[in-house]
Parts: sequence; C-alpha cells; structure tokens
Amino acid sequence: MEKELWKGNEAIAEAAIRAGCKYFFGYPITPQTEVPEYLSLHLPEIGGCFLQAESEVAAINMVYGAGGCGVRVMTSSSSPGISLKQEGITYLCGAEVPCVIINVMRGGPGLGTIQPAQGDYFQATRGGGNGDYRTPVLAPANVQEAADFVRMAFDIADIYRNPVMVLADGMIGQMMEAVEWHDIEKRELPAKPWATTGTQNKREHNVINSLYIQPEPCAEHNEKLDKKYKLIEEKEVRFEEVDTDDCEILFVAYGTMSRVCRAAMKLLNDEGIKAGLFRPVTVWPFPYAQLRNAAERKSVKGIVDVELSMGQMIDDVKIALEGCKPISFIGRAGGIVPTPREVADAAKKAIGR
Amino acid sequence: MAIVYQKSKGLTDKELHYCPGCTHGIAHKLVAETLEELGVIGTTVGVAPVGCSVFAYDYFSCDMHEAAHGRAPAVATGIKRVSPPGTTVFTYQGDGDLAAIGTAEIVHAAMRGEKFTTIFINNAIYGMTGGQMAPTTLVGQKATTCPLGRSKEHYGSPIRMCELLSTIDGCVYAERVCVTDIPNLNNAKKAIKKAFELQQKNAGFTFVEILAACPTNWGKTPIKSVEWLKENMIPYYPLGVYKDTAEVK
Repeated sequence: MEKELWKGNEAIAEAAIRAGCKYFFGYPITPQTEVPEYLSLHLPEIGGCFLQAESEVAAINMVYGAGGCGVRVMTSSSSPGISLKQEGITYLCGAEVPCVIINVMRGGPGLGTIQPAQGDYFQATRGGGNGDYRTPVLAPANVQEAADFVRMAFDIADIYRNPVMVLADGMIGQMMEAVEWHDIEKRELPAKPWATTGTQNKREHNVINSLYIQPEPCAEHNEKLDKKYKLIEEKEVRFEEVDTDDCEILFVAYGTMSRVCRAAMKLLNDEGIKAGLFRPVTVWPFPYAQLRNAAERKSVKGIVDVELSMGQMIDDVKIALEGCKPISFIGRAGGIVPTPREVADAAKKAIGR
Repeated sequence: MAIVYQKSKGLTDKELHYCPGCTHGIAHKLVAETLEELGVIGTTVGVAPVGCSVFAYDYFSCDMHEAAHGRAPAVATGIKRVSPPGTTVFTYQGDGDLAAIGTAEIVHAAMRGEKFTTIFINNAIYGMTGGQMAPTTLVGQKATTCPLGRSKEHYGSPIRMCELLSTIDGCVYAERVCVTDIPNLNNAKKAIKKAFELQQKNAGFTFVEILAACPTNWGKTPIKSVEWLKENMIPYYPLGVYKDTAEVK
C-alpha cells in the first residue's frame, strides 16, 4: 500500500472523514487547530457540517445534540480547551452519547505553553467532570497510529455508547510522518434505536438525558454504567511490548515519550545494558495485569516510568506493580521533551549503574 | 357527545410537577398545541433546560434532549445541523438558564441564525433552587440572595433579552408576551405559532419570551402574582414584537 506524508492533525481530521464522521464542532486552540481547519474545508464537500462554536463549552454541547441524533460526530481541542469540555463529557457519559474527542496535549497548568506535554493524564483517565464515569482513551505514538486510533475510536464509541478520547500531544499533532490508509479491524456495530430522529408518530419519544432525580433509579443507572466500564476493561485493553525479554531496565511510557525511550534503549544497548519498553496504548483501560507480568520477569531490576509531566501515569504503574519491583521516575513538564541521552543516563542511575 | 376540549397530543400523560399558579403548564400547553396543529410532533426534537422546567423532556411527546445548564441553544444547534431537513427543533429555557449561565450560547445561536425556536420563560427569579436572584429580577425585588431587594448599584439593572437579541441580524423574530388573561394567552399562542412557522420556512432564529408568574418564590397567591406581574414586570419588560424581519427562504 502507498505511503503518504501527513501532518498529524490533518491525518486525525482525514481519519474522522474516513470513519464516516460528517459532523465536527470545535474551537481554535494551538497546537490542534489544523484539525478544524482541515475539516472546515472538507466536511462540506461530503455533505457534512463543520461549525466553529463560540467556545469549547458550546462545541461539546453541540456534540451532545448531534451524537444524540445518532450520527458520528467529533470535536478536538488542546489541554485548556479540554478542561472547558469536561462538563459536556460527563453529560455525554451520563446520557450515553457516543462521540470522539481529540486532545492534542500541551503544557499546563492553566494557560501553560503550546509545546507538547502529557500533563492531562489524570484528567483523561480519571475524568475532569463530576460523577462516576469513564472514557476509553487511546494514546497514539506516531501519526500512523493517530490515523488508525481515530477510526477505531468511532467504533468503540458506537459499540459501548460512550465518548472515546484520542490522547495525542503537540508533537504528534504537529509533525509529518508516513501514513498508510490501510483497513482497520471490522467490528460489529449496534443499531441506535435510542437516537432522537423524531418519533414519526410510530414510537414513544426518545429522551437523551443524564438526570435521574430519584436515588434508586440513579443508583441503578450508575450500576449499569459500571457494568459497561467493566466490560470495556475486559475487552479493550491495548498495549505494546518492545524488547522486554531479558531486559534489565523496563521503561513504561506512552505517546511521544515512548519514542524517546526507544531511542534511549538503543544507547543503553550499545553500552551493554538491556532495556525494554512497556507502552500502554489504552491509558484507560490501563493494562495493569500485562504490565505486572512484564515487570515480574526475573531479569528486570527496575521500572523506569517516563512522562512529559511531573508524574501522573506513575500512579497506575504503582497500582499495577503493587511494590513487586522498584519504580523510578523521569519526567519533564512545560513543553520540554528529554533527549534519549538524558533518559538513558537517568535510567542507568535509577538501577545504580 | 362532541369533544370541545382535550389535552394536546404534543404532551405525554405524565403529571406535571409545577406549583399552583405557575405559568409553565400554560406555556407547555401552547407549545404542544402548536406542534400538533402544525402536524410536526413526529418530526420535532425539543431541548429541556436546567431549572424548574428540567422535566419538560417527560412532558413533551416529541423526542427530547435534556441539556446542561444554559447549553440548550448549543445542543439544539447540534441537533438541527445534523437532522434531516424539515426537522423542527426548539429549546425551552428559563431566565437563569438563558440570561445568566447560557448567555453566550443564546447570543451566538441567534448570531448564526440557527433555524430553531427558543421559548424563554421569564419569571424574574430562580425557581428550582428556591427563589434566588436572577439576571431578570427587578430592582428592589426581594430574593433569597438579595433579601433586601435587588440593588442597582450592586447588581445593575435586569437584562432585557428580547431587546438584546432583536439587535442581532440572525434573529428574525422576537416577541414578548404574557399569559395572564385570555386575550394575552391567545396572543402568546399566535406568537409561538408564528415562530415555529418561520422556522419551518428556514427564516432564521426565532424567539418568544413569556413573562411568567412564580407564586411560590414570589411569596404571593396565584391571583396576587398575576397582579404583581402586570404592575411591575410589564412596565420594565414591555410586551410586543421586537423583531419581525423574516425573509422566507
């Protein structure tokens, strides 16, 4: 298959179109603005609708309205804008409205910086909105994966009637890489009898709603959602292991940071130190059992968690390991990406070499 | 025997939860009758707000969405933009929802000329949370968060949404009505019907403001509330057509 050179943000936008998404509601923010720019030109060409909203708050609520009508719909933003969407995300989860949300992360907190970062891990995996809810989160490490994961995200959203997030960062969004538009796994998708398509005077009215004012129905609703989340935890965990056999150092990293770890592994290998990588692809559901298995290998002397943040995913690494191996942390925030040399040296120090 | 009156098919059989003397019941009825008369119940999607009318999704028999507080115009935008041509869309919102937390959403929906209808219930108070000051609370009017009466110096003067929205090109129809007596009720029905008819003709954003009574939170009987509305609200919020520039497309 032919390879094409694509900018990350534009590949994300094109992938949405290829997934059958005809509707996008968003708001400009660096470093994701090429997503709305691309769709503003190309969605009208296929009879869809691109709308630039007055705010991220409005955009996510437009997504709620559109998704409730049963169509495939997407929004994208970057960190501060994703914060504004949290209200909408908890309503989408509560009302079980499928949609895809792209976060091209930048440095925080607050206005932070426009450079790449991974400081929204807590928000993405724990949820920044109110109540008990979960959103599956796919974290691409290159532009090819960004293109693939967006298409997979639409299927996951429809299968579980839930918002799905693709968690990229400014590096993935802004860089150009080769993309192959291969087919993704075909999954069986459910019908949407719940959608508000008009009763046509043939059925009871459908209601898209997250309000359950009486405690018992609200508890029941939460239990139903919890069952769904447990099913997602069982079925949708994705991860990658690289050179983990006989490794002495086991890096745990996702997205852009996992690529730096791979370069650091080569440097370490040249020095006779075997290093491997465990990369969560879904950061929720997190591959706890799989990481535990990798970490328990006899060769592994230490786990090195590497993030473009001051340490967020490390909480999940600790949950996975339950103290079975020592864990060290390497992290830079504020938009600085550590070099492979810095990572390799810090990792050596971590295992006392 | 001939049927001279019956409940609109635009309403479900669910019992309304509204207080005695509250205007929501009448407003629901007028909207439901309009949908029925236009024959669009089966092709309508409504959006309920947060506030006293939060359960409107249980009362209207068309498909419904329950929106986050103030976001109904954004939700309605999403619905209208993806639904088949000919789908009728409306939001039903109170004054806290529309004129406070949702000000950006209503102004920008009007600016874009979104082809849906907004029914705005202005009772000059927050009802559901128990009588707090609204952006529409009159100067001097008492509320639980301005127990001595709204001070102009501290909070400014109440906002007039019909006047504000009528300055926006995309808003093609804006009228303020009340339902205190039969002539006014008939006029309100006409305004609502006109707004929905203009929507059907893709004319632009249409807006009907209904001055409403809240006896419970005003601390008045239903009859005294109607008197208070006429004596105090209508002078500050004059009834009438503020915008009617519909160009039918």
